[in-house]
Amino acid sequence: MSDPIPHRIHARPVPRPGRFLAAAVVLVLAAMVVNGLVTNPNYRWDTVWLYLRDVVVIRGVMWTLVLTFGSMAIAVVLAVLLAVMRRSDNPVMRWVAWAYIWFFRGTPIYTQLVFWGLLAVLYPRLSLGIPFGPEFFSFSTRDVITAFWAALIGLALNEAAYLAEIVRAGLSSVDPGQTEAAKALGMKDSKILRRVVLPQAMRVIVPPTGNETISMLKTTSLVIAVPFTHDLFYATNAIGNRLYQTIPLLVIAAIWYLLITSVLMVGQHYLERYYGRGFGTETGRRRAGGGTGPSGSRKERKARKQDLIRQSGTTKDDPFLEVTP
Amino acid sequence: MTTTSSTDAGTTATPMVEVRGVHKEFGRGADAVHVLRGVDLTVARGSVTVVLGPSGSGKSTLLRCVNELEEITAGSIVVDGERMGYREDAKGVLHRLHPKVIARQRQRIGMVFQRFHLFPHMTALENVMEAPVQVRGMSKRDARTRALQLLERVGLGDRTDHYPAQLSGGQQQRVAIARALAMDPELMLFDEPTSALDPELVGEVLAVMKDLAADGMTMIVVTHEIGFAREVADHVVFMDQGVIVEEGAPAQVIDSPREQRTQEFLAHVL
Ligand SMILES: Nc1ncnc2c1ncn2[C@@H]1O[C@H](COP(=O)(O)OP(=O)(O)O)[C@@H](O)[C@H]1O
Ligand SMILES: [Mg+2]
Repeated sequence: MSDPIPHRIHARPVPRPGRFLAAAVVLVLAAMVVNGLVTNPNYRWDTVWLYLRDVVVIRGVMWTLVLTFGSMAIAVVLAVLLAVMRRSDNPVMRWVAWAYIWFFRGTPIYTQLVFWGLLAVLYPRLSLGIPFGPEFFSFSTRDVITAFWAALIGLALNEAAYLAEIVRAGLSSVDPGQTEAAKALGMKDSKILRRVVLPQAMRVIVPPTGNETISMLKTTSLVIAVPFTHDLFYATNAIGNRLYQTIPLLVIAAIWYLLITSVLMVGQHYLERYYGRGFGTETGRRRAGGGTGPSGSRKERKARKQDLIRQSGTTKDDPFLEVTP
Repeated sequence: MTTTSSTDAGTTATPMVEVRGVHKEFGRGADAVHVLRGVDLTVARGSVTVVLGPSGSGKSTLLRCVNELEEITAGSIVVDGERMGYREDAKGVLHRLHPKVIARQRQRIGMVFQRFHLFPHMTALENVMEAPVQVRGMSKRDARTRALQLLERVGLGDRTDHYPAQLSGGQQQRVAIARALAMDPELMLFDEPTSALDPELVGEVLAVMKDLAADGMTMIVVTHEIGFAREVADHVVFMDQGVIVEEGAPAQVIDSPREQRTQEFLAHVL
C-alpha cells in the first residue's frame, strides 16, 4: 500500500529442478548413513553408552587436554622466540631458527615422538657443561624425562615450528611504519615488539592458532609412539582390546574428540570475532555518529580495538603471506 | 613549550643541526642507489627550515638520516652538538653507537610522518602517553596530565578517547604531532605532513605547525605548501637529485629563484 517504490519487480525465480534433486539425493544418502549407524548391532551402542563415562576414559580425556594445552602453551612461547630470531640481524640466529623450522616441519611427528621416547636409550645421562669441556651437573635421563614429559616436549617442539611461521606472518603483516614511528619516539626494539608490533600482529596470529589447537587435540593420539599410555585414544583402545570390542570404543574416542573440538570451535569463533570482523557494522555506525567515545564491556572494547586496527589498514589480512622459509 | 635547560644561553651560537657532506647510498655494489650526493645544511636554533623539491629528490631520506632511521654512507650529522649514530675516538676512528644510545639520541628529535603512523590499537590519549611512560618511565598520572594538555593544544581535547580509525586525517596528524611533542623534543622533523590529507583538512594541521613555530620550536619541514613556506619559514632549501640546489630566505628562493631547476619546480607547484 504505502510502498514508496512504484512497480516493484515481482519476478518468478529461475526454475532449478536440479537443486531439489541434488538435495533429495544427499538427504537419502545421509539417512542411509544414520540408519547404518543406529541399526547395525556391531556398533554395540549399549557398550558405547556404558563406557563413555568410564573413569579410565574420563582420565584419558583429562590427559589429552593437559597434553593439548600444555604443548600449545610451550609452543607459543617458543614460536614467538623463533619468529623473532628469524627477523634478527644476526645471521646465526636467523639460520638456527630456519634450521629448526626446516627440521621439525620436515620430519613426521610420529618419528619425533619415538625419538623423544628413546632419548633415555640414546643419552642415558644428560649433563650441563661446556662442550668437550667440564660438566657442571648431570642426571639420569630416565628419571627426569618421563613418558609424559617426552610426549609433551615432543608435541610442543614440533608445534613450535608451525606456530613460528604463523607468528612470523603476523609480525610481518604489521606496517613497517609502525616500527619507524616507535623508533622515532626513542623506543627500544624489545619495547617496540611488545607494545606496538605484537598487539597488532595478534589479529593475524589468533585464528590460525585456533586451528592448530584443534589439530593438536587429535595429534595427541600419536603419543603412543613415546609410548605414553594414558591419553584418550590409548585408554579407549586398551579397553576395546580387553573387551574384544574395538569398534564401540573407537566410537567413544570419536565422540569425545568431537565434543572437545566443538567446544574449541566455539571458543575459536569468539576469538576470531574479537580479533577480526563481526563488530564492523557497529564500529561503522559509531564512526558515522562521530561523537560517542569508547564504552561498553571490556570484551566489546577489545573487539572494537581489533576491528579498528583492521580498519586502519596497518596489517595485511592473509596469515599465510610470506610463510615459505 | 617548555624551554630547554640553562645551557641554552651558552649554546645559542651553535646551530641545532649541522649536516656536513652527507651521502646516502642504498644497497651495495652494482645495485647501489646513490640518493644523497653531498648535502650540507645548517639549521639555527628556533628556526624553521622548509625543504622543497621534486618527488624522489631525497627530501625524506635526508630527514630520516637526521634521526638515524637511515644510516648515512658518508659525512656527519650533528644535532645539538652531539654527533648522530657515531662516536669518534682520540685517533679519529669512528665507532658505531649502541642501538640503546641511538634510541636515546632520537628522544630529542620528534618526527611527523606523511601517513601519520599512529598506533591503531591505542586511543589518541594512549598514543600520546606511550613514549613518556615506556621510554622516559614517567608515571601514568603525569603522562596523562601532560598528554591531555598537548591534545588540548592541538585542538583535540574532546577526542582523547577516540581510536585513530575514528578520527579524520587532519585529526590523526594533529595527534601525531602531540605524540611527538610529548617527548619534549628540541627538534621537530615533518615529512610532508599534509600530503595525505584532503584539501579541506590541510589548514588545521598547518595552523598547529605555525603555532609551534611561533613558540620557538626548531623545525625542518618537507612540504609542497608554498604558502606555509613563505609565511613561516626562516630558511628555504631546494633539493633536486640528492643535492641542495639553492637555499636562502623564502622571499629569495620562492619569489626570485636564481637556479633554473628551482624556477621550473616552482612553476609546477605554484
Ligand atoms: N630504502 C630504499 N632503498 C632503495 N632506494 C630508496 C630507498 N628509500 C628511498 N630510495 C630512493 O631514494 C630516492 C629518494 O627518495 P626520497 O628520499 O623518498 O625522495 P623524496 O622524499 O624527495 O620524494 C628515490 O629515488 C627512492 O626510490
Ligand atoms: Mg618523501
